[in-house]
Amino acid sequence: MMDTLARLEAKSVYILREAYREFKQLAMLWSVGKDSTVLLWLTRKAFFGHVPMPLVHIDTHFKIPEMIAYRDRLAAEWHLNLIYGENAEALANKETFPDGNVDRLTCCRKLKSEALKKTISGEWPRYRFDHSLGKYVQDANTEGYTGVIVGARADEEGSRSKERYFSPRDRQSDWDVAGQPPELWNQFKTDFAPGTHVRIHPLLDWTELNIWEYIQRENIPIIDLYFDKGKGLRYRSLGCAPCTGTVVSSAKNVAEIIEELKNGKFVNIAERSGRAQDKEDGGGLETLRREGYM
Amino acid sequence: MKNTTARILEPTRGGIEKEEQMTIVIVGHVDHGKSTVIGRLLADTRSLPEGKLEQVKRTCERNARPFEYAFLLDALKDEQAQGITIDSARVFFKTQKRRYIIFDAPGHIEFLKNMVTGAAHAQAALLVIDAHEGIKENSRRHGYLLSMLGVRQVSILVNKMDLVGWSKEIFDGVVKQYSEFLFSIGVKQVSFIPISAFHGDNLTENSSSAGWYSGLTVLQQLDAFNVPRPLEDLPLRYPVQDIYKFTEEGDERRIVAGTIESGTVCVGEDIVFLPSNKTAGILSIEEFSRPPADSAHAGQAVGVTLDTQLYIKPGEIMVKKTERNPCVSTRFKANLFWLGKAPLIKNKRYYLKLSTARVPAQVSEIYTVIDAAELSTTAQDGQVNTNEVAEIVVETEKPIAFDLAGEIEATTRFVIIDNYEISGGGIITEALKSSAEVLKEHVRQREFIWVRGEIRAAERQKSIGHGAAFVLVSGPQDTGKIAAAKAIESVLVKSGYNAYYLGVSNLLCGLDADLLFKYEDKGEHLRRLGELAHIMTDSGLIFIATASDIDEYDLARLRTLAEPVKTLAIHFGKEGTGALASDGFFLNNPSIDKVTAHVVDLLRKHDIVP
Repeated sequence: MMDTLARLEAKSVYILREAYREFKQLAMLWSVGKDSTVLLWLTRKAFFGHVPMPLVHIDTHFKIPEMIAYRDRLAAEWHLNLIYGENAEALANKETFPDGNVDRLTCCRKLKSEALKKTISGEWPRYRFDHSLGKYVQDANTEGYTGVIVGARADEEGSRSKERYFSPRDRQSDWDVAGQPPELWNQFKTDFAPGTHVRIHPLLDWTELNIWEYIQRENIPIIDLYFDKGKGLRYRSLGCAPCTGTVVSSAKNVAEIIEELKNGKFVNIAERSGRAQDKEDGGGLETLRREGYM
Repeated sequence: MKNTTARILEPTRGGIEKEEQMTIVIVGHVDHGKSTVIGRLLADTRSLPEGKLEQVKRTCERNARPFEYAFLLDALKDEQAQGITIDSARVFFKTQKRRYIIFDAPGHIEFLKNMVTGAAHAQAALLVIDAHEGIKENSRRHGYLLSMLGVRQVSILVNKMDLVGWSKEIFDGVVKQYSEFLFSIGVKQVSFIPISAFHGDNLTENSSSAGWYSGLTVLQQLDAFNVPRPLEDLPLRYPVQDIYKFTEEGDERRIVAGTIESGTVCVGEDIVFLPSNKTAGILSIEEFSRPPADSAHAGQAVGVTLDTQLYIKPGEIMVKKTERNPCVSTRFKANLFWLGKAPLIKNKRYYLKLSTARVPAQVSEIYTVIDAAELSTTAQDGQVNTNEVAEIVVETEKPIAFDLAGEIEATTRFVIIDNYEISGGGIITEALKSSAEVLKEHVRQREFIWVRGEIRAAERQKSIGHGAAFVLVSGPQDTGKIAAAKAIESVLVKSGYNAYYLGVSNLLCGLDADLLFKYEDKGEHLRRLGELAHIMTDSGLIFIATASDIDEYDLARLRTLAEPVKTLAIHFGKEGTGALASDGFFLNNPSIDKVTAHVVDLLRKHDIVP
């Protein structure tokens, strides 16, 4: 008899293998948060311990510092092909919210959406972790990725609930919500016109609770920012330091987080409630997602 | 039954171990109240994020619109502006029994493909009919599609009962009329619930307005649906998704990866791959970060290693010799629904995906075309239009393995790709005779009508001094095929033989210029190469060409097309990948001298050159 986690795992593995089979220029986005780290673990499941595609991290340079340390440690331990991209120009010109020059949404647009778009297309430099040198070097491969695996979940917020498992993006990375292609049974959109790319969402059916239960069952090493370390505060969702708040919670480990989600105060409070950019207009994240935000 | 709400609202202390999750789709004609049903379910089971209800109410006030529960779902601005659901959005809620993912499917005809997407992933469905407005075309169309998509558990919500004064007569009328419709398409077991989503009657609580109704509430009906069990008791179907050999860190395993759609598989068992008919034994079952297992069962995505190195490709189905096997053919009869923007055209080349198999295909017969809303047969003009359903015959370019409509759905369903998009879905109902016979017949016919000059083949051969042949060098891309083919030409010409090498790109930029080089064009490219080989060898040449990534079936087709001359197939490949049934196998990038010497030997052996 299969339980819910086993079903979710099998479906995600199937989707990851479809992506690997059909997309020659494939990459996976890794934010180092819990979702994309579960995605990374599922990738090792799908490929029997291997991670046969590059992991792309969009570095805004405002991430909570522990995130970058954790990223580089896991990359070395699991021998990951890790690549990061950035919006060097916006950072140099200080066109950012923390520098006080633009609002939150514009900052997201520049440091995340724009950086992601140009890193996927290969127009801006990519930096690859060289395991023998132990540091990042500019990647020689500048070809655009045609398939990009992303850890978005449908229960996160409204716009993500409409995503497909395989979701086409046009040349500008734009998302045509109303005109999405059909997905039938276990057949997905794996064919795409030249110049377009496809976002692949293996975690679409997972809930926040599923994620934590799976982390517990598989004993996945997760960054400890999610845990209370004695101050009664922890992160529920990770992002840039200036725009990501902690929540009041004394959950110190995975089991306590699960208990809190099931029966505690977070039962009916959305996960991204600590993310400031979602609230700037009626649907800030929707606007961002149409423009290519992950 | 009065206490349903209270039961739901009680927090589930201690949690539900091994919690069940079920996917439900809610469908029906536009404006019949689907979004209201969901909004109300979310609100009444307190599944909404904190403050959401108040936020939406405030927005309504600000815009001077009366509050509606449906607005809760309009997460995207687009939808609020148009007031209709465009895409299938997922919402999550839970009862004491299990967690639900609910797809809110659009009721507008323009967005039928989105409704289909929602329904294709659902394990049960709620279909909403407006009691006041009655059964509309999308009530029927959605019912028909649910049945085709394989959604077996359906409950009909007769909504807006308050607008018809909770008339039992009107409810019974809808039940009778819609039951007759469902019966005509072979759906028998459904329930009907009279509701008013707007007022919350019979959703989570039995309504006092309908004293005459004593059946389940919507919430009770949801909990009464069953999560389908994996098909462990049926014969093994293990569609091969991919074959992996990750050599990093000394990993020597060659793993055949797939998801077990039905049955079980155990270490040591004899299995067979279809359509190639190759056999082996299971050496191991592979999983990452799990203790080694001796068996795996339906529902699991695993990998196996084999005790024999086989050359198999993704798309084959691994089955057990001792169990009932799937059909293998290139032709089958199917029921199909078409969602493509452009109509499905008879005899146009498409590309078909069935389970993990991908194969070029065309529709060779269109028997009937049905308007799913009216169940009327429409005019047959060699095409199926958007949103129509048809009975058709499909011809695939290569044999595929499949099951017939009934038990094992994963291997009976297929989709058709047109212009990069999934444009239609179908279910196979009958296997028909293969088309390999059709190709042989073509070659016989061709020989019969072939017009020749005054010179007979034997005379030509005598004059040239040697016979004709088709030398084909095949293998994966960038493995030295072209260099080898060119060297074969040089050696033969320098020996005084009439040999000619044709670069593939010469073919592509000329004869093939009309092909777009999408996947479905490859078969046509090979057909032209085969016909060209026939013409060139008919002129007495030793004709040399290369082909990338062809399989046994492609090779057999090329041999047939090149008849009556001999085809000498040289294949390059990796060690352990197994050879095509060819006339010579070399490891990738072989020594050119060895290849040319082998070809000359073969030509002598077959008395083509002296």
